[in-house]
Amino acid sequence: MSDNPLLKVSGVSKFYGSRIGCKDVNFELWPGEVLAIVGESGSGKTTLLNCISTRLLPTAGSVEYRMRDGNFRDLYHMSEAERRFLMRTDWGFVHQNPADGLRMTVSAGANVGERLMAVGDRHYGKIRETATDWLGRVEISADRIDDQPRAFSGGMRQRLQIARNLVTGPRLVFMDEPTGGLDVSVQARLLDLVRGLVNDLGLAAIVVTHDLAVARLLSHRMMVMKDGFVIEHGLTDRVLDDPREPYTQLLVSSILQV
Amino acid sequence: MATPLVVSEVFKSFTMHLRDGIKLPVVNDVNFSVAAGECVVLGGPSGIGKSSILKMLYGNYAVDAGQILVNHQDRIVDIAKADPRTIIDVRRQTMGYVSQFLRTVPRVAAIDVVAEPLVARGIEAAIAKENAAELLSRLNLPRELWSLPPSTFSGGEQQRVNIARGFITSHRILLLDEPTASLDATNRRVVVEMIAAKKEEGVAMLGIFHDEEVREAVADRILDVSAFSPRKAIAA
Repeated sequence: MSDNPLLKVSGVSKFYGSRIGCKDVNFELWPGEVLAIVGESGSGKTTLLNCISTRLLPTAGSVEYRMRDGNFRDLYHMSEAERRFLMRTDWGFVHQNPADGLRMTVSAGANVGERLMAVGDRHYGKIRETATDWLGRVEISADRIDDQPRAFSGGMRQRLQIARNLVTGPRLVFMDEPTGGLDVSVQARLLDLVRGLVNDLGLAAIVVTHDLAVARLLSHRMMVMKDGFVIEHGLTDRVLDDPREPYTQLLVSSILQV
Repeated sequence: MATPLVVSEVFKSFTMHLRDGIKLPVVNDVNFSVAAGECVVLGGPSGIGKSSILKMLYGNYAVDAGQILVNHQDRIVDIAKADPRTIIDVRRQTMGYVSQFLRTVPRVAAIDVVAEPLVARGIEAAIAKENAAELLSRLNLPRELWSLPPSTFSGGEQQRVNIARGFITSHRILLLDEPTASLDATNRRVVVEMIAAKKEEGVAMLGIFHDEEVREAVADRILDVSAFSPRKAIAA
């Protein structure tokens, strides 16, 4: 167990006017750890994810990230350029809708290669080789490398988005409903893939989902949100097997059994 | 060497908020310990809280009060208060759990399901697979099934995958929740032998076995869970 967290979130709150987006959220995330944020629509999960990933400026609080040199930096006190560099290299962000995370009118290979160029790769042959390798890892056949994601199915686009995010070897990946809107069989494949990649690469990840089965499969730890507040937080197995809060009990008892 | 597992003054109840907040007491004042090389069997009728005790020890259930002390890599961890990260580390290195049912992951082959706990401990995939194959053949799981995901297997086949997964590591503590429930006599005997081998290695085991023959064969001591039942306390 490494002794330093990768991310320290303290007192993060976001208000939309007088409405609460999320309020006073505190947690730490360690390397290799997957945290699920669950709750119904409007509970503040995505607001929180966007605040942590600096896509949205919180009203209060701080988020500190341990850089590769071992020093913690407050994300909101970085320059815009530094933040963008971090997002392009050390972080990944997997959107629910792949069209938000991909460039739909350039080829699959270029979608993956673009992130490599952002970290300074210039050798075309090498970039293409790495892109092909990553397409293979997300189970997209090499002969689709020159096709645009517009020509891909929803599941393939999502896998391509994952390849694009992971190619630079990020240490932290944010995922917003990564399996939302996919067929059940496609979901299973994607989940298995994400699970394998997270294990193999030792990534830390924060996954927003309303699907408790997804959370059980992917996460070590779980935060339950309601009306902008984190109402329960603990080991995923514990939260699901022995929910303590009334709302969590309602969520868990509402899962359909197949 | 410290005792691998000490449970002291543990209380557990469920509060059912969806049922007007009624409180269901599960166990009161649970006290026991398990020594290295010992197999303690939880006894008592169904519904008395045997599985709940195992789930508390493994961190799946929170406890209301008390301590669950585990000797984890030469330090004592209190599962009742440990943070999730510590519990995950205890599960990876020190405490294994064989449940009645296998929680299958889509698309993962049986042999990889079995090998996974070793891989998680940093052992090379090829070696982990070799060990997995050895266990699966010992448990008489047909070789044709090894490369298939276990979700379509019969109850007994899934259980054997589960047992192999639980026994593959050298965890110092093993929790066994009816590992032989859906096995035939031959495979039950294999499991009894495997438990005996774990005892030799000094593993502390705590289990639930409804099958009398298996219980007789493996138990060093039977712990009557009715003694911790709050219902008995009310009746008395």
